[in-house]
Amino acid sequence: MDALLLEYLPILIFLGIAIVMATLMLAASFVLGPSRPDSEKLSAYECGFEAFDDARSKFDVRFYLVAILFIIFDLEVAFLFPWAISLGDIGVFGFWSMVVFLGILTVGFIYEWKKGALEWE
Amino acid sequence: MVIQALAFYLFAGITVASAVMVVSSRNPVHSVLFLILAFFNSAGLFVLLGAEFLAMILVIVYVGAVAVLFLFVVMMLDVNVAQLRQGFLQYLPIGMLVGIVLLMELALIGGAWVLTPEIEAALGQPIPPVTEVTNTEALGQVIYTHYVYLFQAAGLILLVAMIGAIVLTLRTREGVKRQSISKQNAKQRSEAVTVVKVPTGEGM
Repeated sequence: MDALLLEYLPILIFLGIAIVMATLMLAASFVLGPSRPDSEKLSAYECGFEAFDDARSKFDVRFYLVAILFIIFDLEVAFLFPWAISLGDIGVFGFWSMVVFLGILTVGFIYEWKKGALEWE
Repeated sequence: MVIQALAFYLFAGITVASAVMVVSSRNPVHSVLFLILAFFNSAGLFVLLGAEFLAMILVIVYVGAVAVLFLFVVMMLDVNVAQLRQGFLQYLPIGMLVGIVLLMELALIGGAWVLTPEIEAALGQPIPPVTEVTNTEALGQVIYTHYVYLFQAAGLILLVAMIGAIVLTLRTREGVKRQSISKQNAKQRSEAVTVVKVPTGEGM
């Protein structure tokens, strides 16, 4: 356990340095920088007239579909990692169980391809 | 050991604090960003437990994909937060009541929790020590053989999710002109052009 965590020690040190640096820089600019607040500085920059709408507008639902399909294949790949490194131990049965799993997802892949879910318009 | 304890308290503290911020922050986009921070720190907690693979999957799947999905939902719904928060204090007593009931139920379950003696056998393979096989390898040795039915069930659930997402959100717009390269290549000269002999002075 400790040997495992020791491998992560550089990451922890890196994390600590990152946190300290970020806090220092933000704090220094907050303390040392000149501060002349003005309501105009916070208002949205726009030529001519006042902003009359929210900058955030509704997204097309297609983005959501693409993201969901991405997550599903992401999970599929996540299952491949342990399989790949333990393939020597789990034998033919393990190999074919993964092939069946991939086959099930390939059915879904063919479905979405034929449905045109991968095309934009 | 001290560093481990310090790291645990750092990760756990930031996780809880960012979880509180997810609920209480005014802007839903900020909520999602705090959720990402909570996921990262939970990944740190998993590493401290020795569950490396779960930690990395948490970063890849939850931070990389689920958080993006949440962002899309926030963007898509275009919620007016100020309006949503108006009844927040009004519903607080009811929410507290539900929370207390849930807490009592959890306490009851926790108090009556007894592990059956058969669970030792049901565990199948014991977890091998980390010095012999890595965490990911230990998972791989049982998922695809001992838990093959659950593994295939996971595949089926992913299939259902894929088909469900397509059925719910896919809309094909009518009258969109697309380029079909195979159709273009399959086109013969005879289908497209006809040569017509036009007699002089008569027209078509």
